[in-house]
Amino acid sequence: MNSSNSGNVGIVIVSHSPKIAEGAADMVRQMVGSAVPLAWTGGDIDGGLGTNVAGILEAIEAAWSPAGVAVLVDLGGAETNSEMAVEMLPEDRRARVVVCNAPVVEGAVIAATESSGGSPLAAVKRSAEEFYA
Amino acid sequence: MSLDRAAREKLVRALAESVIQHADELTSLDQAIGDGDHGLNMKRGFEAVLATLPGLADKSLPEMLKAIGMTLVMKVGGASGPLVGTFFMELGKALPEQSIRADLVAATAKAIDAVKARGRSEAGQKTLLDVLVPVQVVLAGGGDAKAIAAEAAQAADRTTPMLAIRGRASFLGERSIGHMDPGSRSASLLIGAAVKVLEFEASS
Repeated sequence: MNSSNSGNVGIVIVSHSPKIAEGAADMVRQMVGSAVPLAWTGGDIDGGLGTNVAGILEAIEAAWSPAGVAVLVDLGGAETNSEMAVEMLPEDRRARVVVCNAPVVEGAVIAATESSGGSPLAAVKRSAEEFYA
Repeated sequence: MSLDRAAREKLVRALAESVIQHADELTSLDQAIGDGDHGLNMKRGFEAVLATLPGLADKSLPEMLKAIGMTLVMKVGGASGPLVGTFFMELGKALPEQSIRADLVAATAKAIDAVKARGRSEAGQKTLLDVLVPVQVVLAGGGDAKAIAAEAAQAADRTTPMLAIRGRASFLGERSIGHMDPGSRSASLLIGAAVKVLEFEASS
């Protein structure tokens, strides 16, 4: 879990594996430094492989930006839990968080690079999704 | 359908025990075509639900169902947490405090629609919807507890020859054929436990 203060779109990485989530976040940091709010979460609540809504909510909070947050996920449950987490956000934040349909590592790096240039949330999401489409 | 406090607690315990006692079976079903965590995840979720007793049963039935759903969403993990949790939460939202069977028919239809939306899925894709949807039809058609439980068990069995279209099992393509869907099995266990407590009589 890490973050930075910035008006750029925040990036959240959600993987079943905390190691993958953390590693992907390291790769993002290498690309964009602290220009983008960034957080990661991975594992179920007992520390096994999996994802959990509470962890995702915390990560969204940690990467929060007025410009919104783009969430990158790996497999099914990560996506379902992320969508659940978005719905549980306060209403004024809900519309400013998107779950991207993109590979988690590549998508996170591309989304963060787009965000670091000051692009809006829709453009960040589009970049992540189009690169490998 | 107006359950007193003792009946509500009995219902919660029956639901939880049905899943906890079959955790190993659910895990081995999930090991065959998924990531092998379904039994453990559901067990963790329902143990967390049990831990909210006795206070949980003090709530009205709708509020109790919502609380169960929220606990499952937060504790189960996997895709099942949001899916099963959504079912309970939406059921709670849709049920009036004093409900008759017609209310349950309407509320289960709404809750199933919410599960479909959450999973972007329909019946026929080898998921828990393949149990929820046909069981709801029997409920709506006036079936008694025995008929509902039988349909739940048979519907779970019917997922065995199905090809998985959603969820981790879909990665296996045709190799998903020949194994019962673990989410369908847990749904049938929960339904079997619920109708035993609710003792539905047939209605027309």
